[in-house]
Amino acid sequence: MIEFVLNGEKVSWEGPDTERLLDVLREDFRLTGVKCGCKEGECGACSVIFDGELANSCLIPMAKADGAEIMTIEGLRELDCFRVLDRAFAEPAAVQCGFCTPGMVLAAYSLLKKNPHPDENEIRDGLSGNLCRCTGYRAIVEAVKLAAKEGGKW
Amino acid sequence: MSDSIGTPVIKKDHCDKISGRALYTDDWPMDGVLYGRILRSKKARARIVDIHLPPLPEGCYIIDRNDVPGVNRVHIVKDDCPVFADDTVEYIGEAILMVAGPDKKETGRIRDSIEVEYEELEPVLDVLKSEECFFEYGCSRGDLDAELERADFVYEEQFRSGSQEQAYLEVQGMEGMWQDGITSVRGSMQCPYYVHRALAGVMAVDEDHVRVLGEVTGGGFGGKEDYPSILAAQVAVAAKKTGKPVRCVFERREDIECTSKRHPSLYNIKAAVRDGRVTALDVDIVLDAGAYTTLSAVVLQRAVIAAEGIYNIPVLKVRGRAMKTNTVPNGAFRGFGGPQSFYALELLFDHIAQKLGRDSLEFRLEHCAQKGDPTSTGGIFHFDVPIPEMVEELSKLCGYGEKHKKYAAEQSGRYRRGIGMSLFYHGAGFTGAGERDMIKAVLRLKKNRDDNVEILSANMDIGQGLTTTFAKIAARELGLPLDRVTVADPDTSFVPDSGPTVASRSIMVVGELIRRAAARLKEQWVSGEECIVEERFREPDFVLPFDPERFEGDAYPTFSWGVQAVELETDTLTGYTRILGAWGDYDIGTVIDENIARGQMEGGFLQGISYASMEQIPADKSGRIRNSSFSDYLIPTAADIPVLETIFHPVEYSDGPYGAKGAGELPTAGGAPAWLMAMQQIVCRELNCIPFTTEDTLRTLGEVSE
Ligand code: FES
Ligand code: FES
Repeated sequence: MIEFVLNGEKVSWEGPDTERLLDVLREDFRLTGVKCGCKEGECGACSVIFDGELANSCLIPMAKADGAEIMTIEGLRELDCFRVLDRAFAEPAAVQCGFCTPGMVLAAYSLLKKNPHPDENEIRDGLSGNLCRCTGYRAIVEAVKLAAKEGGKW
Repeated sequence: MSDSIGTPVIKKDHCDKISGRALYTDDWPMDGVLYGRILRSKKARARIVDIHLPPLPEGCYIIDRNDVPGVNRVHIVKDDCPVFADDTVEYIGEAILMVAGPDKKETGRIRDSIEVEYEELEPVLDVLKSEECFFEYGCSRGDLDAELERADFVYEEQFRSGSQEQAYLEVQGMEGMWQDGITSVRGSMQCPYYVHRALAGVMAVDEDHVRVLGEVTGGGFGGKEDYPSILAAQVAVAAKKTGKPVRCVFERREDIECTSKRHPSLYNIKAAVRDGRVTALDVDIVLDAGAYTTLSAVVLQRAVIAAEGIYNIPVLKVRGRAMKTNTVPNGAFRGFGGPQSFYALELLFDHIAQKLGRDSLEFRLEHCAQKGDPTSTGGIFHFDVPIPEMVEELSKLCGYGEKHKKYAAEQSGRYRRGIGMSLFYHGAGFTGAGERDMIKAVLRLKKNRDDNVEILSANMDIGQGLTTTFAKIAARELGLPLDRVTVADPDTSFVPDSGPTVASRSIMVVGELIRRAAARLKEQWVSGEECIVEERFREPDFVLPFDPERFEGDAYPTFSWGVQAVELETDTLTGYTRILGAWGDYDIGTVIDENIARGQMEGGFLQGISYASMEQIPADKSGRIRNSSFSDYLIPTAADIPVLETIFHPVEYSDGPYGAKGAGELPTAGGAPAWLMAMQQIVCRELNCIPFTTEDTLRTLGEVSE
């Protein structure tokens, strides 16, 4: 039995240690805001906050989740600071097809939590593990700048 | 609310998408749904001698060509590839059969344990060795031989371009159902009615017995124009056989290996130069179509039509062929043949200018087409060509003139810089007589009793913002607040066929139908009553009707124009190239939403830049794609580029909604030539092959210094 905290709630899960966290979150916990873009740790669509760090859930075997604290977009959207990110992404229309978006928002959150006033390069670096094929990234970077300016309890 | 329609609004799909609530195809619960996994050919060309199946556990099924109720061909432009292979396979990745079962892993294991015995046949992997021409088109004006004869000199050059994967973040996915004789399919797609029509043929039913629903779709870029019809046919056949819903969602590797991509191209061009001007062009185009025809016919048409670039040359001959090879079929990718042509033509003119000792940009502008000039297909440029003004605007914005001069002087030291500028267009709407003869778009507006209005169209919001821009057009014409207008789900059981979401046609063509329908609805408006208004496509009066047989007339009613500049810096020690700046100026007519349009321009521009610099699909000797994952098929990250700057130069179009024209594909055409011209200043050599990668940079720098 594997126990962990998921979006603020204690949960338990039974199954093979080698299952991917990504599949468990999507299929067993029905948290479909966690997206699958590659399953190889390259796209960031499956991003979660794992013990306070941004992580690709497709690379995490369930054995590692035991005792961990995990937050997905479904958890983040309940926090006050989500409203800041929501508005900041809306303003420059940083969401196109939206498939990269939940991961991108978690990456932005994780960046701002560590560094509430990042400069352009720090933002680009902080988002560089998350691929977006639609936007050209300018609007997303701008969204993070807006969120930083507005400030929030990250 | 501001008076201009372009004033940005919050996108209608923003909340669902940012909160993770939007449900894409694979996000729906699997209750009672079977997983479908496809067994694919491992040979580029072979006869299937035998297939050894393992014993199947209860509840698992094998679905193959024998289960196809109708024709075992998926209709795209022609009746095209088989749903499941017949006796032969034509490329690595071609579908042979599907395993469907209730457990995902087990279904995969069964698929992997199936053995296929092949009798291998010699594949054609090099397009130049191909003897099978799928399509040929051409156009001409004037006496080429005479002009080549009179020329001061004839300049000849060959240009090559490689393949490119759309790399939408959401892979292909589809779910089929079969109930009471009705086939329903829902999934990720651009063109519900293309899928609809293909299914009728495959399932041998009339179109009333098919229903297609486009789900929230995570990007397309052309990659979900043709391929979804194939996958839909496969899940539909599986659903009928198993009596259960069957869902098939690809793995990323599977998606890269077996779905259609941008056509690699080879251009052989002869240009007659007389009195310092290009007086004739002889362009021979070969596109590598891959194993099946998919959309090659139409891609080739666009490439042929754009083979004069933005120029007006007195004498012209273009011949284009799409040749079969035993590689993954190539199909639609943003720009659709245009990027190949503009890259070749821009570089050609640049190289001729060098030879004449002329300034490239000045030389190109001297040849630029103007309003009233003939198009390559004997049509007319009916409207202003704003390229000269746009060049001036953009040059000012990025300091092109000084930079270009400065970087042209000899550069020493570890870091070298270059800047390039490209001029290009995109013919807006479906090519040739397509809108008039094939698509015949129909659009409905439905006013409900609560006085809210629904837009019934088959066009898909694949990220380009249609649910917002369509609603903005209707709301404005009706004088309603935006939240009272919505776009209905694209479900073929209740939306009319407003045509496919392709060819940068949605805003210009369908948007105008929305505007006209809204104007009529406003006249008939009775509060509290239900009302439906329908509009149909009409060709604008000024158009010279296109004759598909003779390939003559207005291939497009109007054009969107673009100018892009790219500035680069290369570390000559590592070959690594950094983009210092990327600027674009675009005429897409009236901008319907500044944020959305800007997002389109930026995303498309970046795809054009990476097409020239980093994206490539090498194959091994057997024809197997070597880089089928995001670890080796690289696309740009946020750290790879600086700000992309965008300005607009709107020339209103009489027959588009509020003057809007096509937008989505335009920006992809200019990235490659602008990038390559900048690179030429760095490596001090004329370039004619893309992608031009870090390795190519190092090699060329080495050669030049020797
Ligand atoms: S799905 Fe995990 S990084 Fe792509
Ligand atoms: S919005 Fe489509 S991938 Fe980022």
